[in-house]
Formats: sequence, structure tokens, C-alpha cells
Amino acid sequence: MYPKEMQKSIEKVEKSREERLHKLPERLKEKEKEELLLKWHPDYKPEAKRKIRVGVSKNAIVPNEVADLIEAYPLENPAEIDLSNIDYQTDILIIGGGGAGCTAALFAYYNGVKPENILIATKLRNGDANTMMAQGGIQAADKENDSPLIHYLDVIGGGHFANKTELVERLVMDAPIIIKWHEELGVMYDKKDDGEMITVHGGGTSRRRMHSAKDYTGMEIMRVLRDEIRNIGVNIIEFSPAIELLIDDEGKAAGAILYNLETDQYYVVKAKATIIATGGFGRLHIQGFPTTNHYGATCDGVVLAYRMGAILRDMDSVQYHPTGVAYPEQIVGLLVTEKVRSLGAQPLNSEGEQFVHPLEPRDVEASAFIKECYGKNKGVITPTGMRGIWLDSPIIDILHGEGTIERRLGAMFRMFKRFDIDMREEPILVFPTLHYQNGGIEINSNAEVLSPKGVIKGLFAAGEVTGGVHGKNRLMGNSLLDTQVFGRIAGINSAKYVKNCKIGKLSVEHVKKYVEELKKEGIEEKRRAPMILPDYREKRVLSRAIDIL
Amino acid sequence: MEEVRIYIMGKEYKVPAGLTIMKAMEYAGYRYIRGAGCRAGFCGACATIYRKEGDYKLYADLACQKTVEEGMHLVQLPFSPANKAIYDIEKIKVDDKTILSFYPEIARCVSCNTCTKACPQELEVMDYIQASLRGDIKKAAELGFDCIQCGLCAIRCPAEIVHYHVAQLARRLYGKYIAPKSKHLEKRVREIEEGRYNKAIKELMNKSLEELRKMYNERDIEPGD
Ligand SMILES: Cc1cc2nc3c(=O)[nH]c(=O)nc-3n(C[C@H](O)[C@H](O)[C@H](O)COP(=O)(O)OP(=O)(O)OC[C@H]3O[C@@H](n4cnc5c(N)ncnc54)[C@H](O)[C@@H]3O)c2cc1C
Ligand code: SF4
Ligand code: SF4
Ligand code: FES
Repeated sequence: MYPKEMQKSIEKVEKSREERLHKLPERLKEKEKEELLLKWHPDYKPEAKRKIRVGVSKNAIVPNEVADLIEAYPLENPAEIDLSNIDYQTDILIIGGGGAGCTAALFAYYNGVKPENILIATKLRNGDANTMMAQGGIQAADKENDSPLIHYLDVIGGGHFANKTELVERLVMDAPIIIKWHEELGVMYDKKDDGEMITVHGGGTSRRRMHSAKDYTGMEIMRVLRDEIRNIGVNIIEFSPAIELLIDDEGKAAGAILYNLETDQYYVVKAKATIIATGGFGRLHIQGFPTTNHYGATCDGVVLAYRMGAILRDMDSVQYHPTGVAYPEQIVGLLVTEKVRSLGAQPLNSEGEQFVHPLEPRDVEASAFIKECYGKNKGVITPTGMRGIWLDSPIIDILHGEGTIERRLGAMFRMFKRFDIDMREEPILVFPTLHYQNGGIEINSNAEVLSPKGVIKGLFAAGEVTGGVHGKNRLMGNSLLDTQVFGRIAGINSAKYVKNCKIGKLSVEHVKKYVEELKKEGIEEKRRAPMILPDYREKRVLSRAIDIL
Repeated sequence: MEEVRIYIMGKEYKVPAGLTIMKAMEYAGYRYIRGAGCRAGFCGACATIYRKEGDYKLYADLACQKTVEEGMHLVQLPFSPANKAIYDIEKIKVDDKTILSFYPEIARCVSCNTCTKACPQELEVMDYIQASLRGDIKKAAELGFDCIQCGLCAIRCPAEIVHYHVAQLARRLYGKYIAPKSKHLEKRVREIEEGRYNKAIKELMNKSLEELRKMYNERDIEPGD
């Protein structure tokens, strides 16, 4: 139930519905998009970012919150780390158990590594990750009127032509292979009776190539991957984030130090190959935005790899999803999947007027919403003072028949219904929310991590933690795909690599050097990284706790 | 500020009304390590059991989705130990006894419907167990599709059935063996493996920015639904 003030605006939405039903605003021209982005996208605010002062990508521009972590000291003083006591010895250490990490594990196994020689370390439970939350879908050009070439064009256009082309090539060429693999594992994609995939558009796609499993796509993929990992018997240690990477005396990657969140113990893991699959940074709440991301999405993988000399790219660009929940307060920032718009829901201002095509690329769509709310003052104002845009969801059932929302958007329907809002009858209120780390660690098309001197031996990375695939803006459905494509490649190539690899003496020389550089730059020893978990306790509570201490 | 009184694992706290259980516990000073993942109703990490004052019943819900109520006594159950059948999905013979053979305990279901009442996703949990028992894999897969594997049903079931693993098996069997295969997908995979796009994609990769921009801006867009 909406408060009275908001209901008045809903009446206007209802009134204009009939007329809008089959009419959409024109898509914006390239120039118009650029103007909109420059003026209204949060990413184009120079004061929100700064140059990083240390490391191999010194002077690269990143959000302040990321710079704070990069210009921070390790959690544990490297001089005091005892590496002589090895707790786990393994061929492949995979840091992160989301989509990319689990897929890497499975393909390492398919390529000959025994399950007992693979170790997945995760911060939260295996699978409690962004992958689980992906609702909308996964792209793959597998239909008659589509091709990897058209997919390629959509990806790089959406990414403002800043993408690393060899990565885009792999992304689009391997996509159908991934979906086929999923089909064989038993992922339940939405299909017609003859097996044809039911596909829809996403923002910025020129073909309907979004495959889905209702609006639980990521969950369905993740559940199956996790089930398979357990069937095969890969080792997993949960609630044990990596807090530092290790090298050997030749500078090769050689494992990591894990931290048991519950017992405060450290574990030394010696590994022939290390795969970083720690996902993104939504929980840094860049520029104070709410986020759609899982609890542990705090940029750890980037911080650790950077200390080891990995190049960062496109970290200046952050994705704000246009449709985060703006009402009710309890779920502000959570995602309203783009599929709601794909299925026909239209964005409207407080007067019930259309102002932008529903399926512009995400950054453009988000900017249009912000402009409507703050430039034109035509946002809907909630009781807590938030501004938002209506998504006219009842249209979906009108266009596609009664029951469509419940059947194809069950998660969304359920989420709002828990707070007494029936999206079949009433529109829902949205505003941009922090969603995706567009950039990250630079890899090549073998998923090997790059330093200025070339490949860092034994270090691989896949998924949201990497940069380059999506350029400066990622399209819906390409990141689930990214985790699968590059998780697979990382698994295959790490399996090859470990066959002829010997690890020497373990060390944290790279961390010592990094600390020296921090000191030389005059950076005070106030901040520590990685963050691991954000703290949402009340300041009031924390200050009292400190008083007692 | 309107406040409600809640009990977190036995201790009394006053917290603002309208918060989710998760946010209320953080307000009270608890820091989540286990018991929080997505914070959005997708991962099932935040299973919570509660009772209301003067009410003998046990209720179950997700801490990240349920709003606190006056007099709630809360206990979190972030992990329920469960037996999962181990299988090689490639080698399963599918018939109406398959699920039963991996999870024989489903035959112990006494149709009490407790599982259904416990489910925060409001699934027809008992019905999917019954469908599994009958060997109706499709029905079980469909009814159990929205399961977030929180474990609340399993904790409450007198027959000690692990419903969410049963549903997982049903879905995989359906997805792999029963759902029709996608022909266009198979065809495209074959084309890619035969190298049909290799040359064209290299050409595309070598195009100048100008050319690409032009191609992108002029590309035709398939009409929507
Ligand atoms: C709400 C939401 C909806 C989305 N919808 C879509 C969609 O429809 N389509 C699409 O393509 N994409 C979507 N995305 C994006 C996509 O889901 C993610 O980008 C992708 O799943 C990331 O996968 P990943 O494997 O790289 O990371 P994640 O799945 O986030 O996994 C990261 C893993 O690393 C672990 N970890 C983190 N730090 C450490 C550490 N220090 N040590 C050990 N482990 C660590 C975590 O515990 C977790 O296991 C969505 C994202 C969100 C948040
Ligand atoms: S079926 Fe069981 S495990 Fe699945 S969501 Fe419902 S209560 Fe949770
Ligand atoms: S709780 Fe257990 S015994 Fe009762 S209906 Fe559900 S599955 Fe059957
Ligand atoms: S934290 Fe994931 S369902 Fe509540």
C-alpha cells in the first residue's frame, strides 16, 4: 500500500496508461546520449574520483572509495607472517565461490585436475554471491536472426568502444557453448514446447538474446554449479576470505593467506595456480549510493592482485542500475530486474508521463531518471524524502496476458508483495542503485592476469573482478556470461599450467615492497585493506562499545 | 520515532519500527558474519525462526525480508546440516523411481504440510515432495523452482526430509532429460566449432573506431515483444 500522496500520482499513471500502451518515446541519438551522460551520470562527477598514488597503475583514476582501499596497509604486517607452516597444499586455489569460481573449478576438473587438488575458498557460504542474485538473464547469440558478430557490436557499442577486443571475441564466441553446457548440466532455461529458448531484449541489445530461468536466472545457474561441485567433491572452505596473495622465490603466484572469520585463525595455502574470482565492489557504496550487491562485495580481489602487480583498467567507470527499489524503505536499493522493462513496463514521472525509451543502455537510462528527478523536479517523492520514477508494471499483464508477472517475474512479485505492494495492479517506484564494477584486473584471453612486464605466472582471474570485457558500461546478461566464459577459460588454462609447475619457497616480498611504496608516498598507516565485510552497525552502538573498551 | 521491542536470542532490544529483522539486529549492534549473503531474498542464508509473545507457534522467515514486529523472539539458523545425494548426472537412468532411489526418506512424508507453512517463498513444498514420490519429475521441478534453499522446511519436517535437495535433483533431471533440447542452440554451437565466424570476427576486431561507431549506430534493432 502506498501513502496518500503517492497514490495521487498513481492515479495519473493509470489515466495515461491506455494512450501509452503501444507508444514509446524514440531512442536517443548518439549526441543526445552523450549530453545526458555528461550532465547527469554519477560517474562523470570529477570530485567523486581521484588518481591512485601507488602501484603499477599509479595515476589511474578510480572512485575515492576504491582509492582508499588501494592506498591502505595490509591487515597483517607482512614481516610477521609465518609461511613455514603450510595448512593446505593444493594444485589450484580458487578465491571466491560465485559463478566464475565454481565454473573454473568444474573445468579444471574436466581438464584432468583431481577434485582433491582443487580448493575453493570463499568469504561467505559457497554460492552466496552476486551470481545467485542475477535475475534478468544471460546473453548468447544462438538464434537464427542473430550471430556472435551482432553480439560483438552490441557489447562494444554498449561499452563505449573502450572494451578489450580479444576478450569480447571470446565472450561472444563462447556464449552458445556455455548455454549448451548448462543445458547438459540440467539448468532449466525458459523454453517453448519445441525447445526453442524464450529470449527477450535487454537494454542496448539489438536482438532478443536474453536467456532466462524466470527471474531467478543466476540462482538457477548457481544452484546447479554448486550441486555439481558437491557431486564431484571439490574442497571448499567457507567463511575464510583471502587477505593476501603469496608468491614464490621466482615471483610466481603461489597461493594465499586465508582468514577464518569465526575463529580469527590464519591459514597458509600453497598452490601451484591461483584463480581470483572474488566478484565486485557494490558494498563500498560508491558516492553513498545504495547497492544491489551481496554482503561481501568489497573489492578484495582487486586490492590483493594490485599489491602483486596486476594492472587495473576501467576502474573509473561504475555501473548504476537504473531500477533499484526506491519504495518501500526496507528494501531500498535492491534490484528491480531489467526484465521488468524488457517485458514492457514503462518508466514514468510523477505526472504519469513518458520521458525515455525503456531500453536504453543502463548508464543512459539511469541518467535520464536522475535528470527527471533532480533536473526537472518530476520525481515521485517518498515519505523519507527519496525521489523515484514509476515503472508501470501492470502493463506487463495487459500486454502478455494475465499471470505473466507471477509466472515470469515471481521473485519481483514476491519481493513487493512482502511489503503489501501488488505490482500486477500498482506501479513500482525505482531509482538508480550501485550495481556493477565495470572495470577491474586486466587479463588476456587466456584469463591470465597481466602486469606491466607481461603475464603474472600462475595467476588467473575471471568474472566481475576483471576489467576490459565490458569497457565502460556493461549490458545486462553479459556479466553472467562473462563469469561462465572466463571461469571456464581460467579452469582450462590453470589445469594446463599446473601440470608443469613447481613452487619454490613462499614469500610476501611483493607486499613488503608495496608497504614501502605506501610509506614513501607519505600515506599514513590509518587504513587497512581488504575490507572483507562492511559494518552496518549503528554509530551509536559502536561508540558505546568503544567507550567500554 | 516509533519503536518495537524485540528479543534477539533471548536479549531484549528496542529498535525502530519498520526495519527488517536483519537491519534491526544490526541496529542493535550485532554484526553479521554468517547468516547474511545477498541481503535481498535470493540466497537463503538468513533463515530465522521466531515466536510472538503469548503465541505458542514457531514462525519462520528470512531476516532480510521480514519486518520486525512487537514482541518477536528471534533466533537465526544460518545453516542446517543436510544430507545431499551424490550422483553423476550423466549416468542417471530416469524413471518414476529415480528421485525415490536417491532420497528414499521422501516415502516417510506424513502429509502434515509443516514444510509448506515454513516456506518463506510460499512454495507448495509438500506438493513437490508428493510429486517426487509419484515420480512426476516435471511437476516437482516446476513447484520447487523458486526454492532459495534456505533449509527452513527441512528443519521443521517430522520425517526429516531435505526438501531443497530433492527439488534440486528434480530440476536437474527435468532440465537435462525431460525438457526438449534447443535445436537452434545446437546448430549455432556446431557453426562456431566449425569456425564459421572466425574470419568475420577478426575483421570486425580490426575495424577502425570510426567504422565501428557507424556500424553500431546504424545496426538494425529487432522489434521487442
Ligand atoms: C542483484 C543483481 C542482479 C544481477 N543481474 C544480472 C543479470 O540479470 N544478468 C547478468 O548477466 N548479470 C547480472 N548481475 C551481475 C552478475 O550477477 C555478477 O556480475 C556476476 O554474477 C559476478 O560473478 P562472480 O563469480 O564474478 O562474483 P560473485 O558471484 O559475486 O562471487 C564472488 C565470490 O567471491 C567471494 N569472495 C569475495 N571476496 C573474497 C575474498 N577476499 N576471499 C575469498 N572469497 C571472496 C564471495 O564470497 C563469493 O563467493 C547482477 C548482479 C546483481 C548484484
Ligand atoms: S522449499 Fe524449503 S528450502 Fe526452499 S525456500 Fe521453501 S523453505 Fe526454503
Ligand atoms: S513437513 Fe515433511 S512430513 Fe510434513 S508434509 Fe512436509 S515433507 Fe511431508
Ligand atoms: S540474506 Fe540472502 S535471503 Fe536473506
